[in-house]
Amino acid sequence: MALDNVWVLAETGEAGPTSLSLELLTKARTIGASVTAVAWGGGAAEHAAVLGEYGATKVYDLGDTGEALPGAPVASAMAALVEGGERPDAILFPASYDGRDVAGRLSVKLDRPVITNIVGMSDDGLSTQHSLFGGSQTATARFTGEGPFLYVVRAKSFAAESAGGGPAEVVQTAAPEAGPTAAARVVSRHVEERSGPKLDEAGVVVSGGRGLGSADSYELIEQLAKLLNGAPGASRAIVDAGWVPYARQVGQTGKTVKPNLYLACGISGATQHLVGMKGSKHIVAVNKDQDAPIFSVADLGIVGDVHKVLPALIEALKSR
Amino acid sequence: MNVVVCVKQIPDPAAPSALDPVTHNLDRSGKLILDDSDSYGVEMGLQLASGDGDEVILVSMAPGGETSGLRTALAMGAARAILVSDDALSGTDSLGTAKVLAAAISRAEPDLVLTATESTDGYTGTIPAQIAELLGLPSVTFAKKIAVDGSTVRVERQTEAGFDEVECPLPAVVSVTAGVVEPRYPSFKGIMAAKSKPVDVLAVADLGIEGGQVGSAGARQEVTDVADAEAREGGEIVVDEGNGAERILAFLEELKVI
Repeated sequence: MALDNVWVLAETGEAGPTSLSLELLTKARTIGASVTAVAWGGGAAEHAAVLGEYGATKVYDLGDTGEALPGAPVASAMAALVEGGERPDAILFPASYDGRDVAGRLSVKLDRPVITNIVGMSDDGLSTQHSLFGGSQTATARFTGEGPFLYVVRAKSFAAESAGGGPAEVVQTAAPEAGPTAAARVVSRHVEERSGPKLDEAGVVVSGGRGLGSADSYELIEQLAKLLNGAPGASRAIVDAGWVPYARQVGQTGKTVKPNLYLACGISGATQHLVGMKGSKHIVAVNKDQDAPIFSVADLGIVGDVHKVLPALIEALKSR
Repeated sequence: MNVVVCVKQIPDPAAPSALDPVTHNLDRSGKLILDDSDSYGVEMGLQLASGDGDEVILVSMAPGGETSGLRTALAMGAARAILVSDDALSGTDSLGTAKVLAAAISRAEPDLVLTATESTDGYTGTIPAQIAELLGLPSVTFAKKIAVDGSTVRVERQTEAGFDEVECPLPAVVSVTAGVVEPRYPSFKGIMAAKSKPVDVLAVADLGIEGGQVGSAGARQEVTDVADAEAREGGEIVVDEGNGAERILAFLEELKVI
C-alpha cells in the first residue's frame, strides 16, 4: 500500500449509499491504509453503519446542503478540510452527475488535475486503467505531480464487497459559505415512473437503436424489457434524436452496464456504444446489417429486421 | 443577452482514431469537425439570444488554427468566435483546458455560458464545473430543458430518478444534454455568411496564462502504456428466416433467464 489516507465521495439517498459509492469504498480499502468517506445531505450519520461495513473508518458529514446543487458547496467543504490540515493522498469520486461536479470544482480549488473515466486501478492506487476506442485498447495512466490525486471512477469498475467493519466514526463538519458559486437551487424534484430494475443494476438490459426506425417503435424495447424483468436502454443515436431521455443511454457518454444478458436491437455497435456494454456476460444482437460491428461482440447474432424478430419474441414470451 | 457556447473541434468519430505512439495524445493532425454534442448548445444559444443586439459567441481551443468546425457553428448562426490555438497547448488536460477556455470566455463577458456535458473524444465531463469555478460562477450541469426569465435561468436537470427543476441567477454555466433542443442544419446562406464572420485567434500568452499551466507539464499526468484489450470472442451469427425469435428464446432458456 502506497497511500496512507484515501477519501471516497459517498453519495447517499433514502435507500443508503449508492452502489457506486460502495464499489469505491471497496477499492479504497485495497489502495489505502485508512479510508474516509465524505458524505452530505443531512443523513450521513444514519449511513455510518453501511459506510463502515464497506471499509470507511471515518465519515465527514458535511451536513445538509439544503436546496443547493451539491457541486459547489461540497467542493468548498472538502477544500476547507484540506486547507485546514487534512491530508488525503487520493480522493475517489463516483462518475455520476454530482460526483463529476464536485471533482471539477475541487480540482480548481486545490489546483490539482483530475483523472477521469477510470475502469481499473493498480493495488498501490498509483496507476489507473482506461478503456479506449470502444474497449479495443486499454490505456494506463498516472499522476506525475503532487497529491491529493483526484480520481473519477466509472460504475461497475470494481465489485462492492462488505469488509464486515463496524460503524464509521462520524465527524460533523460545517460546510463553509460557498458564496455565489452555490447559487443554483433545486426548486422541485420529479421522480419519473419506473417499473422494473435500474438500468445499471438490472440483470437483463434490452437496448434499442436507430434500426428501430422511429420513436414509436421504442415501445417494443420497453415491452421486451418488462417481460424479461429487465431495464430498457438506448444507443446515443436515439437519445440524440430525442426519442428517449438521456438517462437511458448506454455507452461512453452514458451508463456502463454489465448485466447477465444484454439484448441489442437495431444497434450497429459504434465504439461509443460498445464501451458501455462490452462487459456484459452474454450479448444477443438483432440487426439488419450483417457487417454491423455489434456482431463482433455478440454470443448470438440474428441478422434480421427488429420489426419482425421483436414482435415474434414478445408474443412467444407472453404465451409462456 | 450574450451567450458564449464552448465548442470542440474533434477528429471525425466515424473515422478510425489513434493515439500518437510517442506522446499518447489523440492524433488531431487530420481534419477536425464540430463535435455533434456541441450542436445542441449552439442551437440553444441561438434560441436564447434572439433579441436585438444579442449575440452567440463561440469559444474553442484547437491546434493549427483549425476553424472548420467553428465555421459549421457560425453557419448555424453564431455571430463570431474566439479560438485559442498554440503549440504550447499540446497535451493539455481538462484543468488546463478549463483555464484556457475560462480566460477566453471572460473576454466576451457573457450572461450565460453553454457547454456540452462532455466532448465525444476526450469525455472527461469535468470541464463545465471547472470553468464555472474558475469564473466564480454557479453552474447547472446535465440540462435537458432551459428557459431564461429575466436574470434567472430555469433548468430541468437530469437526475438518476428523473429530473430536478433548478433555478440559478445569471451569469451562470449550464451544460446541456443531447435532445435539449433540435439543432438546425446550416442553410446555404448561413454557410456563405459564415466565411466572413470574425474568428479572433489567440495564443496562450494573450490570455495571461503561464506556459507551465498548460501542455503536458501543466497536465501533471502521463499515459504510461497502451495495450490491446482482450478481444471478446464473437459467437454464432444466424440469418433470420422466420426463426430468429425462436433462436433467441432457446438462448434465453439456456441462460435460465426465462
